[in-house]
Amino acid sequence: MKKPAGPSKKRSPATPQRPDDRAAIAGAIARYAGNKGAVIPVLQEVQAALGWLSLETLAAVAEGLGIPVSQIYGVATFYTQFRLKPVGRHLVRVCHGTACHVSGAEKISEALRSSMGAGDGETTADGKFTVESVACLGCCSLAPVMMIDSETFGRLTPDSAAKAVKEF
Amino acid sequence: MRARAISPNRKTKRPDYKIVIGLGSCGIAAGGHKVRSALLEQLKARKLPIEVGETGCIGMCYREVLLDVHDQQGKVYTYGNMTPERLPRFIDEHLLAGTPVAEWLVRASDTPLPDDSFYAKQKRIVLRNCGQMDPERIDEYRARDGYKALEKALKAMTPEQVIAEVLNSGLSGRGGAGFPTGRKWQFARNSPGGKKYIICNGDEGDPGAFMDRSVLEGDPHSVMEGMLIAGYAVGADEGYFYVRAEYPLAVARIKLAIAAARRQGLLGRNIMGTAFCFDVHIKEGAGAFVCGEETALMQSIEGQRGMPRLRPPYPAVSGLWGKPTNINNVETFANVPWIILNGAAAYAALGNEKSRGTKVFALAGKISRGGLVEVPMGITIDEVIHELGGGIKDGRQFKAVQMGGPSGGCIPASLGATTIDFVSVNATGAIMGSGGMVVMDDTTCMVDIARFFLDFTQKESCGKCTFCRIGTKRMLEILNRITQGQGEMADIDLLLDLAEKIKTSSLCALGQTAPNPVLTTLKYFRDEYEAHIRDKRCPALACKALLRYEIIAEKCVGCTACARVCPTAAITGSVKQPHVIDQGTCVKCGSCVAKCKFDAIKVS
Repeated sequence: MKKPAGPSKKRSPATPQRPDDRAAIAGAIARYAGNKGAVIPVLQEVQAALGWLSLETLAAVAEGLGIPVSQIYGVATFYTQFRLKPVGRHLVRVCHGTACHVSGAEKISEALRSSMGAGDGETTADGKFTVESVACLGCCSLAPVMMIDSETFGRLTPDSAAKAVKEF
Repeated sequence: MRARAISPNRKTKRPDYKIVIGLGSCGIAAGGHKVRSALLEQLKARKLPIEVGETGCIGMCYREVLLDVHDQQGKVYTYGNMTPERLPRFIDEHLLAGTPVAEWLVRASDTPLPDDSFYAKQKRIVLRNCGQMDPERIDEYRARDGYKALEKALKAMTPEQVIAEVLNSGLSGRGGAGFPTGRKWQFARNSPGGKKYIICNGDEGDPGAFMDRSVLEGDPHSVMEGMLIAGYAVGADEGYFYVRAEYPLAVARIKLAIAAARRQGLLGRNIMGTAFCFDVHIKEGAGAFVCGEETALMQSIEGQRGMPRLRPPYPAVSGLWGKPTNINNVETFANVPWIILNGAAAYAALGNEKSRGTKVFALAGKISRGGLVEVPMGITIDEVIHELGGGIKDGRQFKAVQMGGPSGGCIPASLGATTIDFVSVNATGAIMGSGGMVVMDDTTCMVDIARFFLDFTQKESCGKCTFCRIGTKRMLEILNRITQGQGEMADIDLLLDLAEKIKTSSLCALGQTAPNPVLTTLKYFRDEYEAHIRDKRCPALACKALLRYEIIAEKCVGCTACARVCPTAAITGSVKQPHVIDQGTCVKCGSCVAKCKFDAIKVS
């Protein structure tokens, strides 16, 4: 906010608002600049730092990599990993793979919906958790499974899932 | 502080032990780290200098957390379902008194145990090191003949000889398509061009499959060694690991493996003092199932939307950045060092005349022993499910097994004698696929399973081909209608018609195979579709909209437990009087059934 990005007095849409965000973006771009196929790793790193990708962020990445923003937007919307909406501080991923589906994944999602008040893709009112249904976490033999950030919880029941989130 | 592994404890003269804990994703999810830190704490408190190591997935996921005890005589005892609470007794009896706690053992080198049948018919080539060594230590891999195959290839074989060896072994693509690996290598070698690439496809996207994850987590070096040998054979000097973003532990272990291999001169310039140069990068996927398709995968590495393109040209001619590229699956690469060291004939001796070698399967779903197994080709489905897998959970009825993920299909129990090889499995209408086996019992609704897979492929279609993009959506809508009791008999013909059109007018395997789950369930379980449509009934009692919850007045004692747990207050009645469920308000959540102690709620 302090220093305008360009000669124009209006803040350029390419400038994310916080200095920290700008530093994270610049750092990621510097690390991958010149590498072929840098777009996806840069977006991954920026998202890891910022939590999500705003349109402003995408524009800043586009500018830094010298690629049209339309192309960056195309990539960001193609892959499910990239989030174009703000997320809670922690991410709850409920597995809906085949093994989890036949073992009652739907009931786990329902239990979380009623205990946390957040369904698939939604964030709790306090901004602590975002809940997401995912295709498969690859822990099929422990189905049904969910992950909170990088911690995996297996052999869930609706009650134990709700409890795990509560105690996290 | 740290005792040498398996050395007598001089102070106490007691034989001591080495302990190894399984810390693959499954082990961690089951609480492996908690067991490990509790064990370290208790050993320290009791001043027992015993080394605690870690390893990858040994396959017995159904027994996690697993803990191995190696004693001085080389005997190994495996404990299953370990918890921090079990540790004090384990330490007292096994580590101090020298008597293993028999009731917790799942495997012992000197005693036969019931779980031995999980291993009896396995032949572990790909999984030869998984669960046997610490995947984060390259010296342990090298102690188990690691990188000796590479040395043999580089120093004693020409690239043509390496290709001939792989060709003669009969190894075919383990990602599911089953194309002969040696032929693929030959094409890439024969392509003109100075710059070539090797790609390891670790984008294991099939829901219900975790073979590649376990191999990458448990033995990353063997996959990398396979890539190096392939690089030498086809004349490539650069390789990519493409790994799903959902597998953070696999990514971390590959990174460690790459760094260790670089330090030891196994990657980089003039490997092992020869003219061969090769380096490897890692690319993390960003969540797109279609990127398992090779042309889409390369688009993704190039930083584009991962959309498949028409073949030919095949990647062997024009692949990554337009250069000749050889892509194989994780499991395919992991086989290669074994083949080079043991010879093509030893590999080809395994299996049947239709498919050679072994295949890794991930057993999941309603099976007693869910986990990872590697079996010789030619074994039957029944053997895998009933002997290795221990049959169906909770003594229920085996109904079908889903093979090949969203591209595959459901094989009914009546075809359990089918041998596992690329020809026989494909003949059922399912496909071998990458190795997911999701077992279903009589509580699984086959229409719902078909709907589940269509929901998946419809979401994952990249949208390039019209029939795949819109056709799968229309099929999903029809299946949704059927499972909600609003289907018509004409819907079945409509499904078949759409299936045919999607299969013939899609560019890549995602679309060409997307209708398979519907086609196989219609072929083998048509009566279930008809029950949903005609009788508005779900025989497996799985489709919510078709269920009816009722209280059996004679059995109800009026304890009010169900009424208290009902989220919509649909249950009414006075204390000690039979209760009633209001059908209009009931949301069919099943909470009342779970709560009732008198078996008084009927679901139909």
